[in-house]
Amino acid sequence: MLSIDKLHVTYGGAVQAVRGVSMEVPDGEVVAVLGSNGAGKTTLLRAISGTLRLHRGRIDSGSVRFGETELGSRDPAQTVRMGLVQVPEGRRIFGRLTVEENLRAGGMGSRDKAAKARAQDRVYDLFPVLRERSSQRGALLSGGEQQMLAIGRALMASPKLLLLDEPSLGLAPRIIGQIGEVIAEINRQGTSVLLVEQNATMALGVAHLAYVLDVGEVSLSGDARELARTDEVQRLYLGHDADGADGAPRRRATSGRKLSRWTQ
Amino acid sequence: MTQFLSLLLNGISLGAMYALIALGFVIIFKASEVVSFTHGSLLLLGAYSIARLSEPLGFLLAALVGIAITAVAAFVIERVIINRLRGAAVISLAIVTIGVDIILLTELIRRIGSDILNVPHPWAGGSVRVGDVGISENRLIAIAVAAVLIGLFFAAFKYSNWGIAMRASAEDGETAALMGIKQGRVSALAWVVAGVLAAVAALFLVGSPTPGVSPSTYAVALRAFPAAILGGLDSTGGALVGGLLIGIAEAMAAGYQDQLLFLGRGFSAVVPFIVMIAVLMFRPSGLFGTKELTRV
Repeated sequence: MLSIDKLHVTYGGAVQAVRGVSMEVPDGEVVAVLGSNGAGKTTLLRAISGTLRLHRGRIDSGSVRFGETELGSRDPAQTVRMGLVQVPEGRRIFGRLTVEENLRAGGMGSRDKAAKARAQDRVYDLFPVLRERSSQRGALLSGGEQQMLAIGRALMASPKLLLLDEPSLGLAPRIIGQIGEVIAEINRQGTSVLLVEQNATMALGVAHLAYVLDVGEVSLSGDARELARTDEVQRLYLGHDADGADGAPRRRATSGRKLSRWTQ
Repeated sequence: MTQFLSLLLNGISLGAMYALIALGFVIIFKASEVVSFTHGSLLLLGAYSIARLSEPLGFLLAALVGIAITAVAAFVIERVIINRLRGAAVISLAIVTIGVDIILLTELIRRIGSDILNVPHPWAGGSVRVGDVGISENRLIAIAVAAVLIGLFFAAFKYSNWGIAMRASAEDGETAALMGIKQGRVSALAWVVAGVLAAVAALFLVGSPTPGVSPSTYAVALRAFPAAILGGLDSTGGALVGGLLIGIAEAMAAGYQDQLLFLGRGFSAVVPFIVMIAVLMFRPSGLFGTKELTRV
């Protein structure tokens, strides 16, 4: 469905943020992209949704294809119309608009009124709390509710592929669990998902496939459950110490990063 | 008391025209992130077109065509210049609009020459008296038309897709783009609406008791800028309140100028700016503006 091939992205003509990344999001699946700050996760999403230009970024080489269509030169509105919708990092809901207006803004890319009405019913079924608060300003919602609104707003465009940029950011563990369930449910209803996360526990719990990005390159990839069992992911992203069990002296993590904050 | 009420009514009428101009100014700022100084020449363009076309077309058609010309001019300025400079610094864009304004203004002044063009309003120079309070018919009709337009504007701003798209992209442009909202279209439409509002204001501003279209019509728009600024540059409600405030203050200063003679003759022309400075001293972001005006 979505295939990225040897993608190179630079900012301002100098900073290489993504270097030769290739990945596939098959139809109907949830694909997780793990990686720490600066690994290139958000850049990857910008390359897909067509917002690189707003950040003075540029695709140097490689391709991003959705079905048969090359996305490289599309603008965000065209991308949305093709069925790729992004939930931006940090939720970015419109705080001065009401919940309902936020949802309407999410459906702005299409003219199909019937589809929008169906999408709105679907959103309210997924998130009943949004229906209760439909006339409140977005800024008054709690963090978890704002994330639900951000996801609901993206669903208003009836996406074929939903791009999620760190939906767990700044949320309590219990809420993160709910978000994970919602992602699984959205996927069950037939929407493919590309999930960019630092929270590996949640991401690997819902994903079919996973990629690990490290400083702009794919360092690991494969079936999400198998990936979760590998030493590197256990140590770096799940906070377990692979060597600790047999009492052997701890090796320093190769990257020198202590990853307790990724654990939930 | 009679004089006061009469001045109040005239002030409201003048203020309603300022509010129309200021509303356009505010939505352009919200949609395009441009402080647009083209409004003076757009206003004059509207007045000039209506006056020139009245002869061959008759008043009503001339008014419609004149409003359309102004809207198209605003649209062209947005498409050809502003849209291509998207992302440039707010200051450079503002200066670009000053440049556009000067070019358009120079051409209009050349065309007007030393003529004073008249707009033959069907309501001419008559006036209406309610008890002892008098107002020119032109000013009274202006209030009614402005009320309808401003009502329509606020309804559209609140309920229409365009209004929601506009408020969403004003709040967070990148996210609005991610939702499939076309900012170019939102911005172009804002300019068209601003052009229409300015031309409608022009239509009434050149009627009684003001004498016809002349280069000094341009100065009226300059007095609408303080209206937008003191209301809060990004607040549509503020533009309405600011416009009325400036209009009333100016009418009062003109009406009581004998009592204010110690401040000098023609004091009323600077009143809008004095009011603006006074308000900004206490509320630097205007009466209703958000604190952080420049978006990152």
